[in-house]
Amino acid sequence: MGEKLFIKNGTLANGSQADISISDGVITSMNTMPSAPEGARVIDAKECIVLPGLVDLHTHLREPGKESAETVLSGSLAAAKGGYVAVSAMANTTPVADNASVVEHVYRLGQNAGIVDVFPVGAVTQGLAGENLADIGAMANSDARVRVFSDDGNCVSDALVMRHALEYVKGFDGVIAQHAQEPRLTHGAQMNEGIVSSQLGLKGWPAIAEEAIIARDILLADFLQARLHICHVTTAGGVEIIRWAKARGISVTAEVTPHHLLLTDELARSYDAVYKVNPPLRTEKDVMALREGLAEGIIDIVATDHAPHATETKECEWQQASFGMLGLETALSIVNQTMVQTGLMNWELVAARMSSAPAKIGRYESHGHELAVGAKAHITVINPTATHRVDRDLVLSRSRNTPFHGLELPGVVMATVFGGRLTYEGGK
Amino acid sequence: MRHLLSINDLTKSDALSILNTAETLARASDGPMKKLPTLRGRTIVNLFAEDSTRTRISFEAAAKRLSADVINFSAKGSSLSKGESLKDTAQTLQAMGADAVIIRHNASGAAHTLAKGEWMSGSVINAGDGTHEHPSQALLDAFTIRKHCARGNEDLTGLRVAIVGDILHSRVARSNVVLLTMLGAKVVLVAPPTLLPIGVQSWPAEVSYDFDSIIGEVDAVIMLRMQIERMTEMFIPNAREYSRFFGLDKDRLATMRANAIVMHPGPMNRGLEISAESADSARSVIVEQVKNGVSVRMAILYLLLAGTQELEI
Repeated sequence: MGEKLFIKNGTLANGSQADISISDGVITSMNTMPSAPEGARVIDAKECIVLPGLVDLHTHLREPGKESAETVLSGSLAAAKGGYVAVSAMANTTPVADNASVVEHVYRLGQNAGIVDVFPVGAVTQGLAGENLADIGAMANSDARVRVFSDDGNCVSDALVMRHALEYVKGFDGVIAQHAQEPRLTHGAQMNEGIVSSQLGLKGWPAIAEEAIIARDILLADFLQARLHICHVTTAGGVEIIRWAKARGISVTAEVTPHHLLLTDELARSYDAVYKVNPPLRTEKDVMALREGLAEGIIDIVATDHAPHATETKECEWQQASFGMLGLETALSIVNQTMVQTGLMNWELVAARMSSAPAKIGRYESHGHELAVGAKAHITVINPTATHRVDRDLVLSRSRNTPFHGLELPGVVMATVFGGRLTYEGGK
Repeated sequence: MRHLLSINDLTKSDALSILNTAETLARASDGPMKKLPTLRGRTIVNLFAEDSTRTRISFEAAAKRLSADVINFSAKGSSLSKGESLKDTAQTLQAMGADAVIIRHNASGAAHTLAKGEWMSGSVINAGDGTHEHPSQALLDAFTIRKHCARGNEDLTGLRVAIVGDILHSRVARSNVVLLTMLGAKVVLVAPPTLLPIGVQSWPAEVSYDFDSIIGEVDAVIMLRMQIERMTEMFIPNAREYSRFFGLDKDRLATMRANAIVMHPGPMNRGLEISAESADSARSVIVEQVKNGVSVRMAILYLLLAGTQELEI
């Protein structure tokens, strides 16, 4: 700490102009000033939007267990490059984060890296097996203060297990983040079930396998008066069901990934496994419904589902390949392209969907606040009109499975400030 | 054309050129000199990551009749079964100087992955990938239908062909729908709804659940093999019921058009999708399909590897 920063000539999410002075990790002034405070490092934010630092509720950092694909440090660096100041490390590591010692380990790795806040997500069930509850209370009570629980990668498909999980976490205001995938309807599934899968001969993953679980869990959450979060919604039908639930006042929140806002199952025609992801890419109609749902607030947040995979698990036959895509470094550009440039959302809504709402769902109290004097300096500066070409060989992640390789995307993160420290400086 | 991965890679004139070349080669094979020198010194690898004796020996016979050197690389005991990646296998074959790799694989798209990886410089020929495509089978089917049923055209204009059975899991059906339609035929798919893919409405084919209403109106019927696993996977209640509604028995055979033919890609389950009477009837061209398969595969190898070189017969 002790570093002084001065972000000049920026435009805030609400459209107003501001110069932001930062000292000792805190915003000390937001008045326009003729010159930088003495000793301050200057960040020129001319033509840039200055947002509250981004928070990701769904990140796979792979450590412990798959350090060849990602580590907490490399994932943190990738996050900072994408404008993030906090990420949520999913529980499907080896060993699984289903007890206090693993979540505390991951939490400390995050603290030691010091690039973003790493909030571990706890497993709902032991070993993600879907049968017995994990040490949920111990994880909540640990130094990592876990509030988000998820078996992500697997669905908590047993209705009774899901019921008890939703009920149990009420004791400390936790939330269950469900990976909605009915296992019997998706056994061996490879891609969205529809026209493209019929032609490619790849086993289909029907939209209803996702929607059936969303509907069931919403009914459970209503009955139990518990907090439910739906991970990576991908279907128009899912958006409809959540719309219905919100209209009834049920406590459900939902996320969409950047890739599901842009890409469709047509890409599978290449049989390039970089497009293989769980849940799968859907159709144009679904993409449009997700965008509308996000703009409307039916879908509360954008979460990356950043899923690094080693090259050999993608450079192979589609059905042998791993599911998942990188997301942290490109998320804000994709949201800019699909939501802002299309006129569906303004920057205030971007700040809500990518900073304040995810922080609120995760109960990450030090994050997601509006930029104001006295607030902790978590800040993302983006030049929305500058463009960059995605190059999988230049990512900060240890893996290179980005589906956006070669695309020219609008929006360049110029600076990320985490607790008053410059953790990433771009556009150089 | 460098690879044959999917029927979609072919234009109509490419497809006709394969069929016409196959006819020329078939005539040559019936002559005194069965073996042609065309691919002498070329190395062709049969990379069979999934068992298929018929397709493998058909390609092998085709390659040998063109004087190519053939290396068989099959699943059992091969490095692929020991977990070697397709990439390493491809690079190995490249290092050994393979001019073409004929690949059979249980994963849909495996031939595409092999070709698009640019791990080798030779041609890739898809000999069946998962439940995706089986282009050489479709070409030999088209060749057989043309020979028996064509109405004085070079293509299949005016013909109607039924494909009956497990369309959902059939690579033969996927390749045939595209090819036969491209050649001017009308295709009707006959199956119970569970064995038709969601999305089949996008295919250029009619769909029927009622074999009896179709059997008397087609020029050719292609019966697909019914895998026993489909019963345990609950696609159909049992074999008896399947056979009763979708099997080609002698009663259905008797209702076929005068010159209509019966086809099957093999291997058959006699008594399940096809009765012995139908398989052995005068309408059956099932054994001839095997013979035509060699000619068509010779044509494919010739056109991919010898290219524009004049056919010397």
